[in-house]
Amino acid sequence: MIITADVGAVLGYTGGMTRIGATLLKTVLLGISLSLMAGCSDSWNDPYPGSAAQANVLYSAFSERPKHLDPARSYSSNEVEFTGQIYEPPLQYHFLKRPYTLIPLTAEAVPQPRFLDSTGKLLPDTAPSANIAESVYEIRIRPGVRYQPHPAFARDPSGSYRYHAMTAEDVAGKSQVSDFEHVGTRELEAADYVYQIKRLANPKLSSPIFGLMAEHIVGLKDLGESLEKVAKAQPDAELKLNDFSLAGAEVVDRYTYRIRIKGKYPQFIYWLAMPFFAPVPWEAEVFYAQPGMAEKNLTLDWQPVGTGPYYLAENDPNRRMVLKKNPNFHGETYPVDGDAADQQAGLLADAGKSLPFVDAAVFSLEKETIPYWSKFLQGYYDSSGISSDSFDLAVQFSAGGDPQLTDSMRKQDIHLITAVAASIWYVGFNMLDPVVGGLGKDRQKLRQALSIAFDYDEFISIFLNGRGIPAQGPIPPGLFGYVDGVAGLNPYIYENKDGQIQRRSLSTARKLLAEAGYPNGRDAKTGAPLVLYFDTMASGPDAKSRLDWMKKQLDKLNVQLVVRGTDYNRFQDKIRKGNAQLFEWGWNADYPDPENFFFLLYGPHKKVATGGENAANYDNPEFNRLFERMKDMDNGPKRQQVIDAMLEIVRRDAPWIYAYYPKSFGLRHGWVHNVKPNLMANNTLKYRRVDPALRDTRRAEWNHPVLWPIVLLVGALVILIAPAVVAWRRRERKTA
Amino acid sequence: MLAYILRRLLYAIPILIGVNLLTFALFFVVNTPDDMARLQLGAKHVTPDAIARWKVEHGYDKPLLLNTRANGSAQFTDTIFFKHSAAMFVFEFGKGDDGRNIGNEIRTRMGPSLAIALPVFVIGLLVNITFALLMVFFRSTYLDLWGVVLCVVLMSISGLFYIIAGQYFISKLWNLLPISGFAGGIDGLRFIVLPVLIGVVAGIGSGARWYRTIFLEEIGKDYVRTARAKGLSEVRVLFRHVLKNGMIPILTGAVVVLPLLFMGSLITESFFGIPGLGSYTIDAIQAQDFAVVRAMVFLGSFLYIVGLILTDISYSWADPRVRLQ
Repeated sequence: MIITADVGAVLGYTGGMTRIGATLLKTVLLGISLSLMAGCSDSWNDPYPGSAAQANVLYSAFSERPKHLDPARSYSSNEVEFTGQIYEPPLQYHFLKRPYTLIPLTAEAVPQPRFLDSTGKLLPDTAPSANIAESVYEIRIRPGVRYQPHPAFARDPSGSYRYHAMTAEDVAGKSQVSDFEHVGTRELEAADYVYQIKRLANPKLSSPIFGLMAEHIVGLKDLGESLEKVAKAQPDAELKLNDFSLAGAEVVDRYTYRIRIKGKYPQFIYWLAMPFFAPVPWEAEVFYAQPGMAEKNLTLDWQPVGTGPYYLAENDPNRRMVLKKNPNFHGETYPVDGDAADQQAGLLADAGKSLPFVDAAVFSLEKETIPYWSKFLQGYYDSSGISSDSFDLAVQFSAGGDPQLTDSMRKQDIHLITAVAASIWYVGFNMLDPVVGGLGKDRQKLRQALSIAFDYDEFISIFLNGRGIPAQGPIPPGLFGYVDGVAGLNPYIYENKDGQIQRRSLSTARKLLAEAGYPNGRDAKTGAPLVLYFDTMASGPDAKSRLDWMKKQLDKLNVQLVVRGTDYNRFQDKIRKGNAQLFEWGWNADYPDPENFFFLLYGPHKKVATGGENAANYDNPEFNRLFERMKDMDNGPKRQQVIDAMLEIVRRDAPWIYAYYPKSFGLRHGWVHNVKPNLMANNTLKYRRVDPALRDTRRAEWNHPVLWPIVLLVGALVILIAPAVVAWRRRERKTA
Repeated sequence: MLAYILRRLLYAIPILIGVNLLTFALFFVVNTPDDMARLQLGAKHVTPDAIARWKVEHGYDKPLLLNTRANGSAQFTDTIFFKHSAAMFVFEFGKGDDGRNIGNEIRTRMGPSLAIALPVFVIGLLVNITFALLMVFFRSTYLDLWGVVLCVVLMSISGLFYIIAGQYFISKLWNLLPISGFAGGIDGLRFIVLPVLIGVVAGIGSGARWYRTIFLEEIGKDYVRTARAKGLSEVRVLFRHVLKNGMIPILTGAVVVLPLLFMGSLITESFFGIPGLGSYTIDAIQAQDFAVVRAMVFLGSFLYIVGLILTDISYSWADPRVRLQ
């Protein structure tokens, strides 16, 4: 209405205009006002037209569309963000407890492995790893868990599946799962878990963990080979997995299944908390395999079927994904056991209450950081990360170096959430390289000298806005084996100065360099300057400043650094073939165990020889021996001792420059509750609670449309056009 | 005319094969099937076996162009090029590396792309022609001079600046429109206004200057003098005679891009969260999804050829002297 009044005023003012001009202006303004009013919202910039005010919905965004939603395939964080809420593996991480603790999800208890020797005889839990031929995990799931409503389960009155024998014509009118009139459900069974483990071996799915699991699960490799043969012989036929047996995964009874692992692999338990081991009903595969389905993207890879607290109600990865509360959810309650800090942070306010709290979660595709950030400030996203562009607007550091929100953020009742990621960034030395590689004392000293020169404290301050912690070794904080404070410093690179961790001096680095055979950065024998090569995929102006910084670090030792920029493919190729000398790499934990970081330095996993994850091609027999011991040990003082010994070796050998453990900074509005960073769990949506009334009030308060620019613009146009109209009329009269 | 169109469409086949071959060669010079597999399988736990399985599953386990192990015509047909290209000529694009049906994606994404591109094109054309005619009407006056200056200023500013400034002022500071997003139906109007407005404003500088040049060339011709001599008003001269005779160069530029509107705009779609074909293409390039890149290049080439044919047809419509043979 306000707009219409303005239009009237404007039109009155431009009484001298021609009829055509006035009509045109009227149409344009009417069009704008209509479009503005479309959606009947109080806020004109509301990006959720038609959504009910005060709906119990969580609003979030995703920047990259997920590629796979099949639990056998999805691995990236942007994929498990969805699959984690839909599929339920037998175990999950406790939401509040630290260190990360596994608790049952659909299982009745966290399974304890039974160990067998090669004759099948039961061994005690303390049996040496060498004697253990198999570890057996028997998992009993809770009865009464039901799948989300889905047409794959729908049956007709005779009990037959309604939609399991459709033709392409039957599917012709359907473009989404909700187009099917009938839905059904059924109880979760142990067989569904076994079915999913078999799916990991299906060559048509290319599961990213098949190779790894084939090394551990009895018979999985053989199953993969059998399925591959069948797939080759009948490329167009669907593989009926129930016709194949898998020795390592068997159904014991309706609610119990058994997994057999080769030898001892204590880390396997963590995999049971990932969607890879979530149940998949065979009915879903049969349903989606029908003719005409794949052409409409109706596949299990895009339309998940799970037992979790949410189901995927709207799946448009190009625009938005909507998760809605699963009406068949088995029920779960908010954890009651947290520590004092959780209590103080209000994280126990909902203890014992029924989950999930929000009725739906809307995830909108937001590729660019500017609109993402703006919408967060307008209250249209409930939480946000902090991009480099907006960091100074959101965060400032206190005199003590602690991150704090800026006044403008506090005024909006925005809260800061920080967490050190279970990740590490490092600069790797190719240990096969004749200059920087090798385990000799001189090479160790050379790498130690270079490690001292790279001042990552400065890097974190300049390039990461303080979002990181200088790394002291391969294990990040929060994992067993990490030692905090001066007790855990890397003595080859840092020193204890009055209780503070301080990087060793450049004179120490120069001394080490001289002892390595490069006094003042020159080869002691030939006098040639030491030139090192750094391979990187980074490009663009941001990367240039980082690379210049790296060169500057080595300049301090009079060592030259040549940067070799390359694309992703060529970079991977160089690393695979061992043609790089120095390179930057990172690793995110799969699970909270030091084995998941130490294995990156395990000799038999060398990238060049085996294609493994040891990109530095580091191979120290003593370290390898300790790794083999450590990986099978339970957490405790003995394991810590072994880890300390391993840390000493890799710090001395310095196959990596331990750069930093990244720190994640996030923001949430005051109406979002129960947010505690849990870097291992991917099913935390069910714990989130929002206060829609408060959100609605704040949105209305922050998004008042400002109308004067429209009036000003129209006025300016009139001022510009009026003399032209006058001149036109004058000229027309003259012509006539 | 029908024979002419059919002939042009037949000419299109070797052009499309050539474009396809070139895309194929350029893509596989930069990426090998192994690279594609690695990118799709992710950064962790990628074994040589997993790569081999992925290649078999996606049909990249064959030789690129010539299969020396096969016999007869299979030497050419049992190759990655043939298997991935032949079906496109009947518009069967197959699946992307993420398993989604490309044809279905194109169909669903075409609408959002058109929702932005078509209004920008139509409104932009009207605004630019009107502005250009006004400058011509006031030629050699201060209005013409400042009009040209304004055009030069507008065309000197980066397109990205218009987007960022538009989003900042209109959406963030004044809260008048959503900063990004998309919706179907009448709800979608509020999301379309800002990108269309920015698209039109960003195009005024270059468009109006170009049309002004065309009209200025026309206005000096004999038929215009004759029209004036007959006593027609300047408005009538401009809008009925000059505009009509200036149509040939306008059509040359405008009609050829008409089919390409389906392909969408890369930056606009990305910044405004429009789920169109522009963002689909750039995502595919970044993900090294050859199936999608190839399909989009093929579609782009085909639409360009259609655009050229439409341009020829429009000539004969705009100027009766032009005959299609």
